[in-house]
Amino acid sequence: MGKFGFALSPSSRINLDTLDNVKFAHLIEIEPDVLKCMACGSCTASCTAGKFVKTSMRSAILALQNGRNEEAISLLKSCLLCGKCTMVCPRAINTRHLIISILKVYQ
Amino acid sequence: MKNIVVIGGGPSGMEASAQLHKMGYNVILVEKSPALGGHLAKWDRLFPQGVHAGNILEGMISNINGVKYFLNANVQSINALGKSYNVILDNGITVLADAVLFATGFDLFKAEKKEEYGYGIYEHVITNADLENWFRTKNDQRIVENPKRIGFVHCVGSRDEKAGNRYCSKVCCATAVKQACEIKQEFPGAEVFCFYMDLRMFGRGYEDLYLSAQKEYGVRFIRGRVSEVAENINKELVVKAEDTLSGKPLKVTIDLLVLMSGMQNCSAGVKVAGQIGVAGMENDGFFETKDSIYSLQQALKPGVFFAGACTGPKTLPDSLHEARAAALAIHTYLQARDHQ
Ligand SMILES: Cc1cc2nc3c(=O)[nH]c(=O)nc-3n(C[C@H](O)[C@H](O)[C@H](O)COP(=O)(O)OP(=O)(O)OC[C@H]3O[C@@H](n4cnc5c(N)ncnc54)[C@H](O)[C@@H]3O)c2cc1C
Ligand code: SF4
Ligand code: SF4
Ligand code: SF4
Repeated sequence: MGKFGFALSPSSRINLDTLDNVKFAHLIEIEPDVLKCMACGSCTASCTAGKFVKTSMRSAILALQNGRNEEAISLLKSCLLCGKCTMVCPRAINTRHLIISILKVYQ
Repeated sequence: MKNIVVIGGGPSGMEASAQLHKMGYNVILVEKSPALGGHLAKWDRLFPQGVHAGNILEGMISNINGVKYFLNANVQSINALGKSYNVILDNGITVLADAVLFATGFDLFKAEKKEEYGYGIYEHVITNADLENWFRTKNDQRIVENPKRIGFVHCVGSRDEKAGNRYCSKVCCATAVKQACEIKQEFPGAEVFCFYMDLRMFGRGYEDLYLSAQKEYGVRFIRGRVSEVAENINKELVVKAEDTLSGKPLKVTIDLLVLMSGMQNCSAGVKVAGQIGVAGMENDGFFETKDSIYSLQQALKPGVFFAGACTGPKTLPDSLHEARAAALAIHTYLQARDHQ
């Protein structure tokens, strides 16, 4: 069987082997609901700030899971804390509160 | 008394036999393997609630009390004789059956056919069925002492034209999520990943199972099909997929990979059915029912009936419902036939 592609390691690749999830573990402690996200995208679709600057709760959670902490922060830095994402989240995650916690843990 | 031959002693065949026996029919249940139970006998705990498979099976076996059944028995020949079917078993028994019920179930997709996942090649690749067996026996050399990372691959041999199975096998998403939680119970320190394309958690209580896998067990769900697996010199598995939610290729090295093998129509059932012109459908290989909504227990041939996974992937409750429906369909058919 060919091991095609295994030698290449593009810089954009997510490498879960080298993931340092100490901070994410800390985030889970104070915001256990972050684990409930099912990546539906409702938050991002209705985001007030997202109309002007790339802002995405969904992508930020995913970026944190993948250890891309800076990317996560940049996806939330324009957040206005309006709370619309909290209103639409079907998994009843208090996303507004989560954003504040993310900024506390990661900044 | 009317004779009914039930082929297959799995959950569907046992339940239908029990019902038909209570209705006063002379049931002859034929099972090719040395024991009753079908696939249920191989499972440990069942989704959605973790009920013990052994307890369900025990109940079912005590329920068929009075039914004549033959183990290690195969149908040697079957042919139509007027409105009946002449069934000859390889143990010398011959029955003139007023109705024949196929409850021949399914075969698990052979995971070695998906060579890129390395089943049978790499040391630490197992299937969903292997993991059920390990939960029951705690005996499998392929499962290391304290795995740090464990991966589950959904849709193995399902939703895959190249594997010959275009359809979804229905039960394997729930099985993966259930097993992911169970393996976390065994190895609380391990990280567990599920690689899925869609999560099909359709049944009552299934979404709760998914939620608890996320929240209680911290299972990480990665949307993307595993494209290939390689073994490194430490016998660990290097798994490659795309994290399609972020659009980036992803790599993770793990100690155990569990493949969610899908369901196919049982080849032994197909062989018997072929003798009386009952065949699988072209699109998926499962037996063709009289229609797709109203008469799911009837074959196109009068006097031939189906129950369970031989007409498509099904959960246990699905299979048991069909078994009861089949008993009623047979009863209705025989009553109508006799009043003609
Ligand atoms: C990995 C896995 C885990 C699962 N876990 C769950 C769960 O947790 N909960 C749930 O609801 N469902 C679960 N299921 C689904 C469940 O196993 C099926 O719904 C059920 O087994 C179907 O029952 P059956 O009697 O139709 O078929 P089977 O269980 O396949 O039984 C068929 C029987 O017929 C016999 N047979 C076949 N051909 C012949 C022949 N020609 N002559 C004589 N005998 C024959 C076979 O030997 C077998 O004993 C799971 C499925 C898989 C693949
Ligand atoms: S709280 Fe922030 S992330 Fe949520 S909708 Fe408002 S601006 Fe967008
Ligand atoms: S709305 Fe809620 S569940 Fe959906 S992606 Fe956003 S945080 Fe996740
Ligand atoms: S039930 Fe899930 S794992 Fe099984 S074939 Fe369907 S989508 Fe794939």
